[in-house]
Amino acid sequence: MSRPVQFNINSKPVDYNGHISIVGAPEGSGGEGFFATKLSEVVGLARKNSIWPLPFATSCCGIEFMATMGSHYDLSRFGSERVAFTPRQCDLLMVMGTIAKKMGPVLKQVYLQMAEPRWVIAVGACASSGGIFDTYSVLQGIDQVIPVDVYVPGCPPRPEAILDGFMKVQELVGQESLRRRNSEHYKALLESYGIQ
Amino acid sequence: MSDVQNILLPEGSIEKKTITLNLGPTHPATHGVFQNILEVDGERIKSSESTVGYIHRAFEKLAERRPLYQITPITDRLNYCSSPINNMGWHMTCEKLLNVKTPKRVDYMRIIIMELARISDHLICNSIVGVDTGAYTGFLYVMQYRELIYEIYEEICGSRLTTNIGRIGGFERNFNATAWKKLEKFLDEYPRVLREFENLFTRNRIFMERTIGCGPISAERALNYGFTGPNLRAAGVDYDVRVHTPYSSYEDFDFTIPVGSTGDCYDRFLVRNQEMWQSLSLIEQAYQKIQDFKGADAEVYHADVPEYYLPEKQKVYTSMEALIWHFKIIMGEIDMPKGEVYHSVEGGNGELGFYLISDGGRTPYRLHFRRPCFIYYQAYEELVKGSMLSDAIVVMSSLNLIAGELDA
Amino acid sequence: MSLTNEQIQTKLIEKFGEQVSNFSEPYGMLTFEAPKELNLKVLQFLYDDETLKFRFLTDLQAVHYPNDKARPNDPVGWGRELAVVYHLHNLVDNVRIRFKVFTDINTPDVFTATQLYATANWMERETYDFFGVNFVGHPNLKRILNVDEMDYFPLRKEYPLEDQTRIDKDDEMFGRGGSIN
Repeated sequence: MSRPVQFNINSKPVDYNGHISIVGAPEGSGGEGFFATKLSEVVGLARKNSIWPLPFATSCCGIEFMATMGSHYDLSRFGSERVAFTPRQCDLLMVMGTIAKKMGPVLKQVYLQMAEPRWVIAVGACASSGGIFDTYSVLQGIDQVIPVDVYVPGCPPRPEAILDGFMKVQELVGQESLRRRNSEHYKALLESYGIQ
Repeated sequence: MSDVQNILLPEGSIEKKTITLNLGPTHPATHGVFQNILEVDGERIKSSESTVGYIHRAFEKLAERRPLYQITPITDRLNYCSSPINNMGWHMTCEKLLNVKTPKRVDYMRIIIMELARISDHLICNSIVGVDTGAYTGFLYVMQYRELIYEIYEEICGSRLTTNIGRIGGFERNFNATAWKKLEKFLDEYPRVLREFENLFTRNRIFMERTIGCGPISAERALNYGFTGPNLRAAGVDYDVRVHTPYSSYEDFDFTIPVGSTGDCYDRFLVRNQEMWQSLSLIEQAYQKIQDFKGADAEVYHADVPEYYLPEKQKVYTSMEALIWHFKIIMGEIDMPKGEVYHSVEGGNGELGFYLISDGGRTPYRLHFRRPCFIYYQAYEELVKGSMLSDAIVVMSSLNLIAGELDA
Repeated sequence: MSLTNEQIQTKLIEKFGEQVSNFSEPYGMLTFEAPKELNLKVLQFLYDDETLKFRFLTDLQAVHYPNDKARPNDPVGWGRELAVVYHLHNLVDNVRIRFKVFTDINTPDVFTATQLYATANWMERETYDFFGVNFVGHPNLKRILNVDEMDYFPLRKEYPLEDQTRIDKDDEMFGRGGSIN
């Protein structure tokens, strides 16, 4: 039983000049000179269209990420023009490639250095579950050490798949409640990983 | 009276006059994961210590569990920028063990694929040297043309990066018309691109000042360190496995090996650049030679060894013998002869060797990969001693260190 | 005149006599072995000799043969469980040879080749990491690829490939173990 189609089911109407359509406004009530909506909607809209990723590229998936960043499969049209390698300034930790047990503590330290709100995407089979390397030296999935939001399968995933995973992260970011990071549920999740 | 806090300096650092700097495993220049702990005095590097193993995936232990065809996907992940070369090298090692001789057309097809992979690998290396010296444009420009190479791989084997291409004795299918058209398009468009890319860098004053004299190595030291590939050729030694021990009919082709003189970063850049031109010429010659095969010869894409060549799926579904061979090969019922064989190919970084010991079972008894990156990374300390911190980055990227090959 | 395998074999026997043994040519590459005390002498001879000129160390690694344990009645007492294999290459005449040194598993001490070839440094560290061969005289013999705290040598045949501390893998799905056995 195949999955129902998820993309392009509601095509957007064209507004200007026959070929430009702009992002729809969030739900709310407006009038002349004002627009009232929920704060979380506006904040979500702003956050999701300006995610700054941190590419934590270790192996082959990193080369597919370089192809995704290139002009053919442009990632910057989603707002990620600036990829930085410093955790202090990034929102999204993209873990691409195999994480060995030697690298696990390094990954955890990078995750701890990121400021809230932060999301994690595990790109590739090795980051999601250890991939084809079921050996003594490979961490079988990064969710052994850090909480993960989206998993992108593939070995390596095509750039379109990485973009699909990125769009799912955008959905999560857009709909996140403003109180989530202080909630009991989230604190319990971090406790289970040993992160205070 | 205010209490002025003294800044606490590390033990003995005033005498040592150095700062310990960690060029850590998470590396901004996306080269892969390896760590260098540098002792710097101001900007000059006094010493460095490298740590590798952050992506150790135990390939050699994994290979003891898998029959021959299942090892091809793990050879992909060695030097993942040019994975077809690793696949072909592995298949040639198996062919040497099993005494399989490949027809000429297969050899020429293999040469096309391997040289495309070499171009793809050298493109990444040279453009990343550009990025590390501050010139980001070259990298973005050539990534578009690497996509053309990926499209060619996709037509032939279905996958872009980790290709798992080929079989023992040949290929899984003949190159179809679309693959040839894409190859022709690549051969048409790419020379102009490469000329533009090299015009940006080779006589660019800033690039030359950054890279000339940066991390030089003499030919004797390079040989003692076991360098092979473009790094050794930049130091002046013309050792290329394709010429020394020709495999896959390289002796039928006419190409030159570019050799440098000082072994510094500029020479390595130029050697790799020139090798890309030579690879282009090799692809054109192989393409011409393949066009010369007519009639039944033009349909040959594998050696006639049913006991080792995994048959095509259409034949498996329709013919009885193909079904039986398919079953036997997949289940690993085919016995390998006992023996040990060492075969090497010229990978993107140097001599990639496969040492295979078989004891007659269904899986190898011991498989060892002679990985060029692992061997020449030992020389990094000697290359950067006394140079400045920014030179350390340029040396690292010009050596073309691929983490998958470093750790295996 | 190019160097042939017979010439190399005669020169070696002439220099070392009975101590180099077990000459064979699998797939065209001359292979021989020598006792582990002589490995540096053989390597030095192959390096210095003007006709042999094996000045490039292509590869160095080890193989574990658990079925070849030390024979108790052997007067020399050599075990043959661990073999250290050197691949050497003469770049001028384009000849390769393979040289093996056997040692037993309880005292796996082999002299290091780092004085002669700088490339042997990390190759010996990798061999130590995987098999536990102790290279005597190595400047920095510690683990290189595995985590430093590891206390066993993983590529020996008695150790399994997978990580045994996993609790999330259902062995029954993989056709081994589980509740049926």
